[in-house]
Amino acid sequence: MRQSGSATRGVVLAAVLLSIALLPLLAPTYYVLLMLPFMALAVVLLGVNLLFGYTGLVSFGHALFIGVGAYAGAFLTVHTTVRSLEVMLLAAAALGAAVAALVGALCVRYVKIYFGMLTLAFGMVFYTFLLKFYRLTGGDEGMRVLRPSLLGQSLDAMPKTDYLAGPYYYYSLAVLVIAAFVMWRVVRSPFGLCLRTIRDNPAKAESLGVSVTRYRWYAFVISGVFGAVGGALLGPPTGNVDPTLAYWTSSGNLVFMVLLGGFANFFGPVLGAFVFIFLQDRVMSTFPYWRLVFGAILAFIVIFAPAGLMGLLSRRRPAEVFRA
Amino acid sequence: MILEARDVTKFYGGFRALAGVSLSVKDGEFVSIIGPNGAGKSTLINVLTGALRPSAGTVRFKERDIGGIGPAALARLGMARSFQLVQIFPDLTVLETLQAAVVSRLGRGTRLFASLAGDREVQAGALEVAELFGLADKRHAPARQLPQGDKKLLDVASAFALRPEIILLDEPTSGVSTADKTAIMEILVAASKRVGLRAIIQVEHDMDIVFGYSDRIIALHQGKVLADATPAAIEADQRVVDMVVGRRRAPHPDPLPRGERAG
Repeated sequence: MRQSGSATRGVVLAAVLLSIALLPLLAPTYYVLLMLPFMALAVVLLGVNLLFGYTGLVSFGHALFIGVGAYAGAFLTVHTTVRSLEVMLLAAAALGAAVAALVGALCVRYVKIYFGMLTLAFGMVFYTFLLKFYRLTGGDEGMRVLRPSLLGQSLDAMPKTDYLAGPYYYYSLAVLVIAAFVMWRVVRSPFGLCLRTIRDNPAKAESLGVSVTRYRWYAFVISGVFGAVGGALLGPPTGNVDPTLAYWTSSGNLVFMVLLGGFANFFGPVLGAFVFIFLQDRVMSTFPYWRLVFGAILAFIVIFAPAGLMGLLSRRRPAEVFRA
Repeated sequence: MILEARDVTKFYGGFRALAGVSLSVKDGEFVSIIGPNGAGKSTLINVLTGALRPSAGTVRFKERDIGGIGPAALARLGMARSFQLVQIFPDLTVLETLQAAVVSRLGRGTRLFASLAGDREVQAGALEVAELFGLADKRHAPARQLPQGDKKLLDVASAFALRPEIILLDEPTSGVSTADKTAIMEILVAASKRVGLRAIIQVEHDMDIVFGYSDRIIALHQGKVLADATPAAIEADQRVVDMVVGRRRAPHPDPLPRGERAG
């Protein structure tokens, strides 16, 4: 049973990866470009779900880390001679870790709604910082992101669409695959098991010698790093970063994507990001009130399919997901 | 002397829950703490396990003051506990629960990229405890699906998987059917011999369990130690029997059915 289950998963995963890899050759450019924010957000969501699905902490301020990563990358291209995307991603990861270490130290002492509200508060503080520190951040206009070089190759001569739908697309895919592999290792490590004990029963975890607050902090920092790396990937496709990336509705969208895909499954949030991006595109082009539609979908999921789309696919009993 | 409490007093605001309690636990002992509701048993447990800092007095475990050090640090020092209300990880399987304890014991919780499935020592350690507690058949079942008695066993088994030197059981058989109680105690005692436990302390209401397994009984009453003696001596002490033990334990069970009782 277990063996055939993981074999099926391997086949599905390989098929999905192959489809994503072949997409630029088969699909219209419009959809290829739509994949870029999906892949960036998928990296962010892997981090969000380490907190949400594995540690039991719901962050309502995770767009803060998207902002940190996106602005770190933009800042490098505008104010320094750095154009290398590798350097931008590393800088974003380092800054994300530093910010998460500070914010996390204050947030992880609280749980449930208090944790959520604190993360929301820090997200708002950072948003206001981006908006008001005009000289550093460009205020509401944001900052430009000059086209990064990839693996040492300057690709400035390429038409923008070719660059994004070609090299940048595959670069993003590679980052997503690496991020997913790293996170897969993390959740299946002894550390990942400790996080799940904390999610299920913090008092019992503590009695088994797991330092709950410290482990929550570790998870928060890792989550922040993934958020910043994903954020840094979001900038180059639009060539511009602005404070809305870090606004609380952006954090809300992340929570929505996790619920949509299903937090009980490793790939659930990634699926959630995919469906969100493409559904938003469809609905927005046909109906002006897309938030109305998304609100209805969210309500439907919470009530009828709390395990999300992955839950529907793998036919898990939803009642078991939302236990107290 | 493994564990020693000296003149422990604990106030909750103006209420004195413990009033100068002294006790000690030696190598190889099985000690039961008994007492009516409100006698201070829960407070005593929480003080003995470092969850609460005593208002006055000291608690020493292996010659070290453990007042208020907290459960995680205590577990690492070598004292484990189980809870009165059964504590499990609902979505973890039996094996995962035990693996978490073994990971904690080996100090491998911060191994971020190591494979849990590939850690032979953790896998073997967890399986060994599962077998010891008769849970090996259900090792892949999520804890929430276990029957109540097995949940209780798993709670205790995970504490054992820490390989503590001393274990403190808060009503190990509460909420369990009478038939299961003895089975749990038998498994527990056998397991403690296998893992080389130095001492067991339990808080228990079931007097058959208390008198059947204890080397020594400590009776609490209104925050004070009323008696600290062997089961035989406790049984012979009419004052303790009246105040704490109750009439539940008849020395010679009456074989006659009700109504045919003589005079």
